[in-house]
Amino acid sequence: MSHAIPLRISQLIKPRTRLEEIFLDILVRIFALIPIGALSFIMFKIIQKGAGVITWEFLTQPPLDGMTHGGIFPCIFGTFAITLLMILMALPLGVAAAIYLVEFAGPGLFFRITRAAVNNLAGVPSIVFGLFGVGFFILFVGRNLDKVLQTGLLFGQPCMLWAAATLAVLVLPVIIVSTEEALNAVPQSQRAASLALGATKWQTIWRVVLPQARGGILTGAILSISRGAGETAPILFTGCAYFLPRLPVTKLFGVIPMINPFDQFMELSYHIFIMATQSLDAVKTLPIQYGTTLVLIAMTFLLNLAAISFRVHFRKKMGTVSV
Amino acid sequence: MIARTLAGGALADLDRDDVAQNPVKISVHDLNMYYGNVRALHGITMDIKERAVTALIGPSGCGKSTFLRTLNRMNDTIPGARIEGIVTIDGVNIYAPDVNVAALRRMVGMVFQKQNPFPKSVFDNVAYGPRLHGITDRAFLEHRVEESLKKSALWDEVKDRLHTSAMQLSGGQQQRLCIARVLAVNPEIILMDEPASALDPLSTAKIEELIHQLRKHYTIVIVTHNMQQAARVSDYTAYFYMGSLVEFGETKGIFTNPEKKETEDYITGRFG
Repeated sequence: MSHAIPLRISQLIKPRTRLEEIFLDILVRIFALIPIGALSFIMFKIIQKGAGVITWEFLTQPPLDGMTHGGIFPCIFGTFAITLLMILMALPLGVAAAIYLVEFAGPGLFFRITRAAVNNLAGVPSIVFGLFGVGFFILFVGRNLDKVLQTGLLFGQPCMLWAAATLAVLVLPVIIVSTEEALNAVPQSQRAASLALGATKWQTIWRVVLPQARGGILTGAILSISRGAGETAPILFTGCAYFLPRLPVTKLFGVIPMINPFDQFMELSYHIFIMATQSLDAVKTLPIQYGTTLVLIAMTFLLNLAAISFRVHFRKKMGTVSV
Repeated sequence: MIARTLAGGALADLDRDDVAQNPVKISVHDLNMYYGNVRALHGITMDIKERAVTALIGPSGCGKSTFLRTLNRMNDTIPGARIEGIVTIDGVNIYAPDVNVAALRRMVGMVFQKQNPFPKSVFDNVAYGPRLHGITDRAFLEHRVEESLKKSALWDEVKDRLHTSAMQLSGGQQQRLCIARVLAVNPEIILMDEPASALDPLSTAKIEELIHQLRKHYTIVIVTHNMQQAARVSDYTAYFYMGSLVEFGETKGIFTNPEKKETEDYITGRFG
């Protein structure tokens, strides 16, 4: 029986098992394709319908003719201004909180509560942040500031300041967690070297730990900007406007142009929202919606790209740190 | 004349025989150290002489590194570490409540087991300590960096690349850079925690030669696992076991004629 041995081997491999494996193999491949497919579909559709809309005028002009023509420059400006204000508030706070958690907090109850708070903050729906912004920043902080400072109705109304503050609270967990990771990645031996040279704890943090964590912190900051720039719900009630005939700028001392944090503003994601749901003729404004979406997505992609290249750059620059 | 030791290494042919006349620099009296409830050091009492090399030997976990870290209060950074007893440097109790720990650590420098340069340039590594004191004068810093690198026998190897990353130096060079970084803050005492254990034999020889040079000006306390190294570089040797100081005396005596049986067993390799 010359084929006895091959026969026995083929009996060992159950045909059904082989089919099962092929089936599962195909199944996981399909699942893996879903995110790629979804992203490609979204991008294809948006680029197909939006690319033609994007012209120099679209990027530099305000909306015209009852918002059925013209451009989206005030929205681009507003998005830029609000994320700038947001990161100016969120970065120092988030980094400070992370420094506390990594460098100072002992393994006690307070540490565990803070950790849990940060994690839960990340899970709060963004519309809740929007309502929190109205209730806390505008009605509580703002109105009371107005009372104390005798400023009439300056702080106690929706404006860029409070919208940015609301976004800052939203992205705080992103910054805290990424900063914590960056600080933890700095070897303990580096802190020991600095302390042994007679540095105080703060000198060590400032001169050794933070410079080495800079790449990770910046990456977190950029990711939080791209997260914050795309949010609509938190700014819905806290400061963005349907349409503003002017840019939210003012002149400091009457000369230096700067963002006016007490003005309302137009914003890309909110613009898409109102164009799709509130405009007089949603079909007529469809090209504008696609164009605005494309601009928003392109901004977010660019920011993510910047975050990735930062990370690569800093990894190269740090070289191999002895642990 | 170079004497041979029980451990098989050559005793240092010390060019001064008067270290015994040197004053006491560090005085430790009945020192106990705890990590939480675990007692790591048991009533250590010893006097460490100025401008001499004192080696701490003993098996892993015997408390020699822990003891070393009590001398510049690096154990302060470990949560749950607690100390009883007195450590004085030049007669001042370094555990007194009004002691400035940062100032103490400038006076008592430390070199670690694994070389830990900062990911900065060679120059910035050495200038780190002086800059902590607020020194910004460029000429002063340049002078201090050059002087420190010369003292640590690294100057000739790095003088043309002071502004390249310290990470590009070899392991042995990095360790000598760490020594230069310590020297730049003008310490009086240098603690070394197995400074050559991660280095190749040639780099180890350079570090030992350096210790030999430095002992003329600094009080050096060195932890080592290497018996021959202790015999080669030190004037005094302390043998630790299970958190206790078993025997302490002149290296010559400890390595040729130890008083205690445990010490002899350890240095002749019959133990651990």
